Amino acid sequence: MKGQGILKGLGVTLKHLIDTYLEDIKAGKDRYYTEEGVRQRMTSDTKGIFTVNYPEERLPLAEAFRFVPFLVYDEEDGEQIVRCTACGICSKVCPSQCIWITRAEDPETGKPLKTPAEFAIDIDLCMNCGYCAEYCPFDAIKMDHDFELAGYERMEANIHLKDRLLKPASYYAEIRPLNYALEQKAKAELAERKAARRAKVD
Amino acid sequence: MSEQTAVINKINQSIINRFPDWVREDEREGYEGLLVEAAHLIPFMEVLRDEFGYDSLTSVTGVDYLPEEKMEVVYHLYKSTGGSILVVKVQVPRSSPVIPSLVGLYPGAAFQEREAWDLLGIRFEGHPNLKRILMWEGFEGHPLRKDWVEAFFEGEFKPYEDRWPEGKVSKIETDKPLGKNINYPEGFNPETWIPDAKELLFQGTVSLKTEDDDPGLETEHLVVNLGPQHPSTHGVFRMVAKLEGETVVDLEPVMGYLHRNHEKIGERNTFSMNMPYTDRLDYFCSMSNNFGYALSVEKLLGEKYQPPERAQYIRVIMAELTRILNHFMAIGFFLNDLGAYFTPALYAIKERELILDIFEAVSGSRMMCNYFRFGGVVRDLPEGIEEHIRKMVYERLPRQIDEMDRYLVDNEIVVSRCQGVGVLTPEQAIAYSAAGPVLRASGVPYDIRRADPYGIYDRFDFDVAVRYHGDVYDRFLIKYDEVRQSIRILQQAIDGLPGGEILANKPAYKFRMPKGESYGRVEGPKGELGFYIVSDGTNNPWRYHVRAPSFINLTGLREMSLGEKIADLVAILGSIDIVLGEVDR
Repeated sequence: MKGQGILKGLGVTLKHLIDTYLEDIKAGKDRYYTEEGVRQRMTSDTKGIFTVNYPEERLPLAEAFRFVPFLVYDEEDGEQIVRCTACGICSKVCPSQCIWITRAEDPETGKPLKTPAEFAIDIDLCMNCGYCAEYCPFDAIKMDHDFELAGYERMEANIHLKDRLLKPASYYAEIRPLNYALEQKAKAELAERKAARRAKVD
Repeated sequence: MSEQTAVINKINQSIINRFPDWVREDEREGYEGLLVEAAHLIPFMEVLRDEFGYDSLTSVTGVDYLPEEKMEVVYHLYKSTGGSILVVKVQVPRSSPVIPSLVGLYPGAAFQEREAWDLLGIRFEGHPNLKRILMWEGFEGHPLRKDWVEAFFEGEFKPYEDRWPEGKVSKIETDKPLGKNINYPEGFNPETWIPDAKELLFQGTVSLKTEDDDPGLETEHLVVNLGPQHPSTHGVFRMVAKLEGETVVDLEPVMGYLHRNHEKIGERNTFSMNMPYTDRLDYFCSMSNNFGYALSVEKLLGEKYQPPERAQYIRVIMAELTRILNHFMAIGFFLNDLGAYFTPALYAIKERELILDIFEAVSGSRMMCNYFRFGGVVRDLPEGIEEHIRKMVYERLPRQIDEMDRYLVDNEIVVSRCQGVGVLTPEQAIAYSAAGPVLRASGVPYDIRRADPYGIYDRFDFDVAVRYHGDVYDRFLIKYDEVRQSIRILQQAIDGLPGGEILANKPAYKFRMPKGESYGRVEGPKGELGFYIVSDGTNNPWRYHVRAPSFINLTGLREMSLGEKIADLVAILGSIDIVLGEVDR
């Protein structure tokens, strides 16, 4: 019979509509504007309404999520210890060449120091590939989770300098807890091995 | 591997024996294939096609060997019955690069030869319509030549030296203000230049006047531009259709609006820098693009960079998930083109989002994944994601593809709009170098995963989807078939996923690249995605070429559209499933 295919298809859309209300009744108030409700919409058996009311509702970000990089500093006795040693690997691997580093110099001898005097990332160019964080041997540059960077200015305003790029290690531990734990463990092991070797020599 | 090389050598030898005088083996270090003299190219190719069975010319490209003052055209051919690629090369002096055109033998070369003319300045004698394809008429020079520099030129090779250790940040636009950094050919003024569109577009055809049998009545054909701004084109793409009433009598696709010279960027980059750039070719299928590029570079790097078992399985899982999401999108947006505005597309996007969640968890980005590395993948699957994939491929995706089937396939409007429209016969499909779903919907069961397996695809049990009518409806249905086969592969892959390493070597960004060339190809969701790479032993590729499936599938668009109604053009284009990021590169 002609028209059967269309009716069958309309049945599918009707089912989607009804599902939304059935799910609403089943889940009650928890379905909207709660983390639980949003997470439910990300599972493989989600039904009914699927969209998320951004910005009131937000999808949880995966730990691996990456957006423009930032520099990590450690805090010791209220002092900032920048992890970056100005080795330049990040600027060398960067596919869009958006990282500029000025290595600091000893003001007296003129010898290069292991710290950046200036560090700039042009986020207009940055393609969020994550290579800098991947290849940094000092865990000094990491990809951020903060993706809401809209502003009224472009060009110069989109060049992030050292002051803006620096964020504490505690922030890093907050956005990437698993990775941070792994790194800390590796560091602790390395320190232990070093101490053991030193003990042997003595 | 060596067994395969032995077979290739045997085939090469039998071809050389047929023409001992002007065919010889390419004996340069790291190179493969046959070198033919330009004067004998056409008879040689004819024999290859008719006697040896190499009926599909899959890729045509050029290489500029500036130090040797030579231009080389590289042809990649395969048999539509399966087997590995045959490489044929022709060398000509750089000062007068003229080569006979192969369009007469392989119509599929038409766009690719135009591209080689446009970007490298190689003239193809006898080409019916040799003009620029990606750049505009009036563009100065041929951008892929090694001595050509771009408007925002910073240096021959990355990394640029001014970034470290004395990096002073500045925008390139301030150093080279737009407008003052462009050269035009002599006598060309962009302000006064008016493109003679009709002339340019229909150089090959007769005048606009119709051949009417009534001498008293003079009628003209009507030229209609679909695009560049048109929702049906899924981007910026133009179809110029010449009409007789409502019937299409000629059609010319115009492209290049999104051209950024991906290949030139690729040649400035180091090998590892190219990986994130491949994401941006076909931006729906970044995982497949990564796969193709990783494969061809690994071929160049050799056995040491063979990915470990776990990485191989993860690669297959990601590539097949990509195929599923691409086909869901293609099904949904095809209905958009037919006029069922956005309800089907949104149902499709829903499934895509759930797959993108997987990509975000493993790679950190939903679309620009940058997940593959030479010798493996960048990071292991995070906790819980394996379970999610399992649930998706065992429960959700089979259910949802069945629902899409119930929803759309029997719909009388879809059926009457699609059946018998835009037919491409199997012979035409092969001749036009069509690949992927377009080729298989025309009744040619050619799938690289079977015909020339890469990765670990030879271990999985699946059927090559094939449909036999070659019309729009079959190109629509074959996507359902392929999704179902991909689900089968995924179920086997997720069950067989072993533990262990995910990278063959230590993470590295610099590699000891041997000299030579390689062509790696994968069965991307849209067809054969190939990467042709020439390495001169440095850290930057000498030549980096992408065989873009949706670009080459467009070669057959004219053939599909002739004699159809203008209202069906949108459906025909939609059924080819193009992405302009890949077409224009």
